[in-house]
Amino acid sequence: MSDTTTDNAPKAGDDQDLGAAGSQLSTAPKEEQPNLPSLGVIGWARWFWRQLTSMRVALLLLLLLSLGAIPGSLIPQTGIDATKVADFREKHDILAPVYDKLGLFNVYSSVWFSAIYILLFVSLIGCIVPRTWQFVGQLRGRPPGAPRRLTRLPAHTTWRTGAEPEQVREAALALLKKRRFRAHVVGDAVAAEKGYLREVGNLVFHVALIVMLIAFAWGQLFKYEGNKLIVEGGGFANTLTQYDDFRSGNLFTEDDLDRFSFDLEDFKGTYELTGPNRGTPRTYEADLTYSVGAYGEERRTTVKVNQPLEIDGSKVYLVSHGYAPVLTVKDASGKVVMDKEAVALLPLDGNVTSSGAVKVMDGYRNAEGKREQLGFNAFFLPTYGGEGSTMLSAFPALINPMLALSAYHGDLGVDAGTPQSIYQLDKTNMEEFKDSDGELFKKQLAVGDTMTLPNGAGTVTFDGVKEWAGFQIVQEPGGGWALGGAVAAIAGLAGSLFIQRRRVWVRAVRGDDGVTVVEMAGLGRSESAKVPEELGDLAGLLYDKAPGAPEPDDSDDPDETSPKTTGPTDTEAVPAEGAEQ
Amino acid sequence: MTLAAATNENLAEISNVLIYSAMAIYTLAFFAYIAEWLFGSRSKVGRTAAALTPKAATARTAPAVTVNKAGGTAVLERPKVVVRAASGSRDVPDGPGAHGGDEKGDLYGRIAVSLTVLAFLLALGGVLTRALSVERAPWGNMYEFNITFSTTAVGVYLLLLALKKNVRWIGLFLTTSVLLDLGLAVTVLYTASDQLVPALHSYWLYIHVSTAILCGAVFYVGAITTVMYLFKDSYENKLANGGKPGSFATSFLERLPASSSLDKFAYRVNAAVFPLWTFTIIAGAIWAGDAWGRYWGWDPKETWSFITWVAYAGYLHARATAGWKGRKAAYLALAAFGCWLFNYYGVNIFVSGKHSYADVGLGALGSVGF
Ligand code: HEM
Repeated sequence: MSDTTTDNAPKAGDDQDLGAAGSQLSTAPKEEQPNLPSLGVIGWARWFWRQLTSMRVALLLLLLLSLGAIPGSLIPQTGIDATKVADFREKHDILAPVYDKLGLFNVYSSVWFSAIYILLFVSLIGCIVPRTWQFVGQLRGRPPGAPRRLTRLPAHTTWRTGAEPEQVREAALALLKKRRFRAHVVGDAVAAEKGYLREVGNLVFHVALIVMLIAFAWGQLFKYEGNKLIVEGGGFANTLTQYDDFRSGNLFTEDDLDRFSFDLEDFKGTYELTGPNRGTPRTYEADLTYSVGAYGEERRTTVKVNQPLEIDGSKVYLVSHGYAPVLTVKDASGKVVMDKEAVALLPLDGNVTSSGAVKVMDGYRNAEGKREQLGFNAFFLPTYGGEGSTMLSAFPALINPMLALSAYHGDLGVDAGTPQSIYQLDKTNMEEFKDSDGELFKKQLAVGDTMTLPNGAGTVTFDGVKEWAGFQIVQEPGGGWALGGAVAAIAGLAGSLFIQRRRVWVRAVRGDDGVTVVEMAGLGRSESAKVPEELGDLAGLLYDKAPGAPEPDDSDDPDETSPKTTGPTDTEAVPAEGAEQ
Repeated sequence: MTLAAATNENLAEISNVLIYSAMAIYTLAFFAYIAEWLFGSRSKVGRTAAALTPKAATARTAPAVTVNKAGGTAVLERPKVVVRAASGSRDVPDGPGAHGGDEKGDLYGRIAVSLTVLAFLLALGGVLTRALSVERAPWGNMYEFNITFSTTAVGVYLLLLALKKNVRWIGLFLTTSVLLDLGLAVTVLYTASDQLVPALHSYWLYIHVSTAILCGAVFYVGAITTVMYLFKDSYENKLANGGKPGSFATSFLERLPASSSLDKFAYRVNAAVFPLWTFTIIAGAIWAGDAWGRYWGWDPKETWSFITWVAYAGYLHARATAGWKGRKAAYLALAAFGCWLFNYYGVNIFVSGKHSYADVGLGALGSVGF
């Protein structure tokens, strides 16, 4: 901004004087003009370090960080939704490789994004360390003495008093100390300062940011998370082999797994029954019994969507649910080869239309008495609309369950060693059962129905339905530190933004006519209405101790005239905003 | 059961009526504010011009204006504190406000404020009955969020007025945008009153969303002030350089507070809520930790909250950096508010993420609203 009030600006000498008065009111690094070094490597390194730890670069890095975060919110990210990324790759065969090169599918772990925040944090550390030292120095030192002309300060006042200068200074010192200023007498004036907590708050905030970042990084290195689907009545023990899928940080070892186990006793889902939002889920609850350690005692608990079970450092979240039809399968000879087993199916839509596969792996013999395996594609509707309606569930709860099965026999391929999904049939070595028309044999079953496979190959009975719940088990250490850092950050921030650091000077000298002249002035780190307000309060209190003496004759209206000690330019002073109130 | 449902629907109906009534009263308030500005334009203020145009230099040799803390007039009752602007800034007095010192204008301004209070109370009633009808916090979807947001923004404005801050001039801009916001809410965003999906059953909903709304409202007031600062600042610049601004600009801007006052006010407002915004994000992360099993996952909404946060932190840094004070910092503040707006409207509408309202994913246990 251009300085347009030139005639109002202090003279050079005053400038220096004021500079000293306001010095170290903040520990913000000085803004230096980039001064290109002519020195060698060390000179350059020093220059680079100065630049990196300057406020201007901190600001630029902050802006860069926010700009850099944008693409990740607009372009699909592998870490968040890998299928979307795959979709995107298919649709944009020119753009995708470019994005790949730029790391735009993994913005938050890309080299350039990491570079920005690492630089920012180096800058932050480089900024905090010297500031802390400087601040400790300030705490040890004392507020600087009064500037020569207090009347040049943003807020000042003056009056004449009959009290002796020493008395006034003493009273001022006592008053300021009582108001918890750090105060001392320098020459003919009292110098006082207050609000150091502001700087403390600022340092705490910036340090807390570092603590949070370290806690976050720590958590990423040692974390693990895995998923487990459990049918009602089933259980889980926290070992690697029990997980359906498992991910962990680079420094995780199996020993880091907390020892615990739990069983799913019951899952309850409730849904809106009427109105436009019919079918919208209302509550999900999973009743568990769990035990901690190898032989811990059993305890009961309920896990809800927002209420994970916490065991030591691990949390067990309820993340999904679905249905598991209970089936009994008999072979050609009538021997039971699958006994009331619940087969979990995956939901396809909001009304939990589900699909999956039933696999009979062992013990089955066909009509000729030969060993074989059975496979069924299963399609399940918790609420079937009845004959002639769509093959989609009409409601998410179990109102009219219907299971549709299509049957295959042969080799499921499960022994081949390659892992396969339990929700899909590998039909390469399977043969369809045929109905009388020579079509794939399929049947719709209500609860209690039995279907008989063609040519006396056996029977399948739909005994009932259980619910299953999907759990995510997560352990991320460092959470406590991150939270502690966050709380400290907010507290520090509040301190740094709401506390004003300010100085007050009180000068008492004998004037030309032998009457004591008191001058008071206040200076804040930033212009604030609070500084003059507080100065007014202080002046009022001091005035009671050192009451006014009559003005010299030439001033008949004190509202119009400034005392002699103020320079002529002061008559131009105009109140700053906020001071009127 | 049927009885309860009936009561609920009645309440929802009452809520709608209240919101529509509030809109009607806001419209009246809007016209009253316009009247205030119109009558105010009759007066010739010219304080800024007087302080800044070279020919007005004589005005400066007038006696110092002193402030008497105790407010009394008795001579030497209390020392007077003389306050001066720091060297380097313009000593420009604040404008008198939209009414420009015109009595009729002032009257209309008062009427406008009264109407705003009335509309605010109606809207508040609308929000509360909506909450009662669903027996939960009224923040389950964008419609509810919008009506709460505009009501909170007006509440912040009225609070500032009650604290005797010089903010009445904001009224016109505020009622305009509140009307737009409510209009959007009742037409495009309207959602029948309904309960929440399980993921929203959490006390964090109360903590996280209420602070988010409050932050948005305060940031919004800060942003309006910042825009006015930019106008007023260039107006002052022009005057100071001997330029002659158009008569509309003169009449309009003369009545606003001085640019330095606007700048300071905007800074205070933004700085005051920044810790709360920080808290909002942290509360959101804790909630996400409970609901989804991770504290931070760079979901679009999380990302934009982060961007908004960093942008405001950049603004606060800019104010502490010599070369970035004033207009540059103001642009940053506006960019930061732009991020906030995008986070609310843009992300909900254009970007899909976990924070979406309507769709319940495949077997997933529901997603979280705002
Ligand atoms: C993650 C990055 C950072 C964030 C989010 C951040 C945030 C903030 C915030 C919100 C303030 C406002 C408090 C106030 O106005 O007093 C502040 C002040 C400050 N920051 Fe940072 N900061 C970051 C990095 C840095 C770095 C790298 C430096 C060093 C160059 C730095 C130096 C300062 C200084 C000196 C102040 C005090 C300014 C003053 O005294 O008015 N900050 N910071």
